[in-house]
Order: sequence, then C-alpha cells, then structure tokens
Amino acid sequence: MEQSFLFLVLTLDATLRVSTPLIFCAMAGLFSERSGIIDISLEGKMLAAAFAAASVAAVTGSAWLALIAGVAVAVGLALLHGFACITHKGNHVVSGVAINILASGLTIVLGIAWFQRGGQTPSLPPTARFMPVEFPLAQAVDGVPVLGTIYRELLSGHNLLVYVAFLIVPLTWWVVYRTRFGLRLRAVGENPTAVDTAGLSVSWLRFRAVMLCGLLTGLAGTYLSIAQNASFVRDMTAGQGYIALAAMIFGKWRPFPAFGACLIFGLLDAVAIRLQGVHVAGIGEVPVEFIQALPYILTVILLAGFIGKAVAPKAIGMPYLKER
Amino acid sequence: MKTWILKAITVALLVMGVNGEVLAAKIKVAGIYTQPIQQKWDARLHQALVAAQTAGEIEYVFSEKVANTDYVRVLREYAESGVSLVVGEAFGISKEARKVADDYPQVSFLMGDPFKPHGSNFSVFDNYIHEPCYLMGMIAGSMTKTNKIGMVGGYPIGEVNRLFHAFIAGARSVNPDVQFKVNFIGSWYDPPKAKEAAFAQVEAGVDVLYAERAGVVDAAREKGILAFGNVNDMNKEENGKDVVVTSALWHMESAISYAIDQVKKGQFKAEDYKEWTMMAKGGATLAPYYEFDGKIAADIKTRVSETSAAIMAGKFTVTINDDQPKSTF
Repeated sequence: MEQSFLFLVLTLDATLRVSTPLIFCAMAGLFSERSGIIDISLEGKMLAAAFAAASVAAVTGSAWLALIAGVAVAVGLALLHGFACITHKGNHVVSGVAINILASGLTIVLGIAWFQRGGQTPSLPPTARFMPVEFPLAQAVDGVPVLGTIYRELLSGHNLLVYVAFLIVPLTWWVVYRTRFGLRLRAVGENPTAVDTAGLSVSWLRFRAVMLCGLLTGLAGTYLSIAQNASFVRDMTAGQGYIALAAMIFGKWRPFPAFGACLIFGLLDAVAIRLQGVHVAGIGEVPVEFIQALPYILTVILLAGFIGKAVAPKAIGMPYLKER
Repeated sequence: MKTWILKAITVALLVMGVNGEVLAAKIKVAGIYTQPIQQKWDARLHQALVAAQTAGEIEYVFSEKVANTDYVRVLREYAESGVSLVVGEAFGISKEARKVADDYPQVSFLMGDPFKPHGSNFSVFDNYIHEPCYLMGMIAGSMTKTNKIGMVGGYPIGEVNRLFHAFIAGARSVNPDVQFKVNFIGSWYDPPKAKEAAFAQVEAGVDVLYAERAGVVDAAREKGILAFGNVNDMNKEENGKDVVVTSALWHMESAISYAIDQVKKGQFKAEDYKEWTMMAKGGATLAPYYEFDGKIAADIKTRVSETSAAIMAGKFTVTINDDQPKSTF
C-alpha cells in the first residue's frame, strides 16, 4: 500500500515536470488565438527561446539573464508573426510554419558557429540553471503519513519555472475573464468590427496578445534548456508546441480545461515511462512499442469520444480590414 | 667516365625515389556521415580518419549531415570523384548502398551496417563494445548499494541489446543479487525523455545508471548517484565529473588503418570488421577512472584488469546476446 502510494505520488511528480512546457505553450496559444491570430509557431518560438537561454547561460553563467534572453527572442519572433499577420494581413499558418522552419534551422547553424558542438550548447553548471527549490520543513514533515509524502515529493523540489507555470493558469483565467483587456481580447477574436466601432485599435490589441504569447513561449523554452535540462540540443522541443496546441483545442480555448488537457498528456507520458517491462495481471508483459504508443492511442480515444465539438473564436485566422 | 657513373647513380636514385613515393602514396578517402561530425558515433569515425590524415597516410574529404534519402547520391558522387575508399554508414539503406558498391568495383567501401559483407568491395563494421561493457558491469555491480541498476537505451535493437546483456552479465559476475530496470525511450536523441526515464528508475530504487543515451548523466548528477558511459568518454566530454565512473569506449583507428593498408596493397576484400572494433585489436577500451580511482574497491580493480587481460588474450569471451533485455524487478 505504502509502496503503491509512493509510486502514485512520484508519477504525479513527473507529470508536473513533463507538463510544464505544455502549460506555458497552451496558455501562450490561448492568448494569441483568443485575439484571432492562429499560432502554430509555438514550437518554433519555444525552440528559439531554448537556444537563446542556453547560449546566454553558457556565456554569462546567469540563469536570470538567460531567462530574459529567452523571452526576448520569443517575443521578437512573436512580433515578426504579428508583423506578417496583423500589419500585412498575411496568412497565419504560412507565417507560423515559416517561423518553425526558421527556428529549427537557425538554432543549429548558430549553435555550430558559436559553440562548435554540432548544434549543442555547452553543458551548464548548476549555478547557471534554475535548480529544484526545496520547500522549508520538507524533511521535517516527512514523518506525517500521506500529507508528508505529498508535500515532500509532489509539491517541494521543483524548479522555480514549474511553480510559475502553475500560477500562470489562474492568472490567465483572471486576465481573460475578469479584466477589461481580457474582455476586449475575447471580443477582438469574435467580432473585431465591434471592437473597432467601440473606438479600440484592433491591431494594437492583437499585437499585445501575440507579445503575451511570445513571453509565455519564451518561459517554456527557457524551462526546457536551462531548468529541465542542462543544455540546448537540436530540436529539443520535439513537437511539444504542437501537443500544447492540441491541448488548447481540447480545452476549447479556455484556460482551465486546456490546463487539464496538458496534465493528461503529461500524465500519459509519465505513466508510459514507468509501465515499461511491468507485468500486467492477465496479460503478461506489455511490449515496449505498445507502451510508447499509448499516449497517442489515448489521445485519439479522448479526442474522438470525450471532448465534443470545439468551436474556435469566430474571427480566427481572418485579417481585419477596416473598410470593405 | 666518372661523370657517367655519377649520372647513372643519380638516375637510379631518382627512379628508386619515385618508386618509393608510389608505394607510400596517399590514397583519397571520403567520409560520409548522416549526423554532424560532433555527434559521438560519427565523431569516432571522423577522428580516426583525421588521425590517418595527420599521419600523412591519406587525403581526407567528408560530408556530414547527409540525409538517408540523399545518401546514395552523395555516395555515387564520391565514387565518381576518384576516391579509393569510402567510410560511412549504411543503416537503413543497406540494399541501396550495396548496389552502389556493385557499380564501382574499383572503389572500396567500409560501411557501418548490421548485415553481411557484400560482393568484392563492400565491408561492414559495427561497434562491438560489449567487452568493456562487461568490465563496466563488474564495477557497477560492486558499487551499487541497493543492488538495483538502471539502464536507459534508445531502441531495443541488436547493437544496443548486446551492450545491455554484457553489462548485466558483468554485474552478476561480481554480485549475483543485483537486479536491473531496463527502459527504452523510442528515440536515438531525446535527452529530456532519457532523463525522465532515468528519474523513474531512480524512484524505483536504482542507484547506478548505465547511460547508453544522452540525458541520463544529467539525471544521475541531479539525483546524486553514479553513471557509466557509452561510446565516448562521458566523464571528460559530457560534463560527467564526479558522476561518470568510467565509459566503454569505441575506437575506429585500428579498423581504419587496417582498411587503408589493405587498399594500398590492393588487397581490400569484402570483410566483416567486427573484431576490429573489439578489445583484442584495440577497437574498444575501458576509459580511465579519473577521480573514481580511489573509490572502486581494490579487489574489483584487480579482477577487472585480470578479466581485461583474459579478453585480450582470447581466453575469455563475452557472450553476444542480441535479444531484447528485460527488467528483472
């Protein structure tokens, strides 16, 4: 009993680690898409931010400067996306794909040019990273059954950015549903003409949304390269930007359901790692390949059976023309 | 009269000189890699060829990051360009690469490939570093306190499986009670995933890790446990100080110089270079212990060096088992 409880807590602990970049990206996508800008470049922005953060951390040895660099690069790419889609009314998907390709190629080229390690950045010492934060009394409450274990294993011992990710979700909810900016953000994604009639600038609202999107993807990238890992490696985002996008659509463009979807993806990954080579009663040992496919199989089942119809913001993907 | 003799001697010397040069002539060698040359597997080939070039043995040209879909074209281009030896990798394009070899019988091919040598000029190699893995297993078996060892690999294929089995056999030879947790991450390169897998093993009680893939050393460092490296010297090259006890190293130098020598003599044949990547011929070694020198029990160190000597002398064989290894707990 004790054993399986600890196993459960540790699996959930891994879930938090794995789902952190997904949460950042899902919230990033939410801001952008709620304003009417399709953003499939979450992946590219996260990757570029990861590279920038790892490079700056390697050169300066400061995790905070790295964080600033990561966010700055991601915001820069977000502004580029905005420039193409808002200012020049370009196709959102094309611009997004272009950013993804740019990030995947440029990070390696610059990495080889600067560090001569085949696109990797040098391994970072603990001082240049965000390291696990031990909560006070984590060891002291160890004796308390159940709650002590949860406190020590599940809540304590993550790095700063994990906690930030979990605070970002209620914050996003508050901004989107409880502030004037949020109301206008939702309006500009549904009916930009109405927003314009009310005397607000559609472009400026959307630009603010994509900048928020850049900020959050920057945090996600920084987490990947200097908190979860100790260096940048090529294509290290490995499709997580797209998974976050899917999670956001699962959540029907709402913060808490999207957060839940991110946790499910994280949990499936954490469980899949732990299930390898385990004997399941009645079936025997499950093949490795099946376990590896499990998260995707469950995704399909969830998508097909449990989510229902997801309706996008009405004006999504459409450039706003003031007069027709 | 005298001048005539001198002239004759000069001419004779010149002729001999030219002859000597023909014998020691550099051959042109091409390296074709699917990964950047910094990636550790290709780096072992690249380093060996650079060493041969520095020694004045060969003229060396290479292409890196050649996609499998483009590989055959690049292979043909180099074959057309007049190189005598091509070193590369034919994983996934075994058939196509053999066709190219048939079309260019004057060129010798030494390719990384899991299958048999082909025709008259297509030799194959692979990294058989299971012997140092066995030695590492002996050390690992002596250093685990929980008697649980974790292993994280890419895919359960023969090349990986045989290393795992050798490691397991080595550990069991010094510590019969040791148990193993085996994970495959389904990728050759996904450090975050490898790290997560390693974390899961540590949570299951593992206190020594075999880092077949990148990312595991990082996990070991964060959890404050020990790791063993693979292919390159992870203690020095992958920031493994105080974490990586030792690594099973792969060297291509002896295989490459044998191949160059064969080409020069005009005797290059289709061979399996398996034994050239094993310990007896210098194709595999155990990395130095560095700061762990004082932390490994003296009797284990003696046993490791004895076993190592026995392997070198051909008195002890580490079994090659390509079946998929399973977790034992």
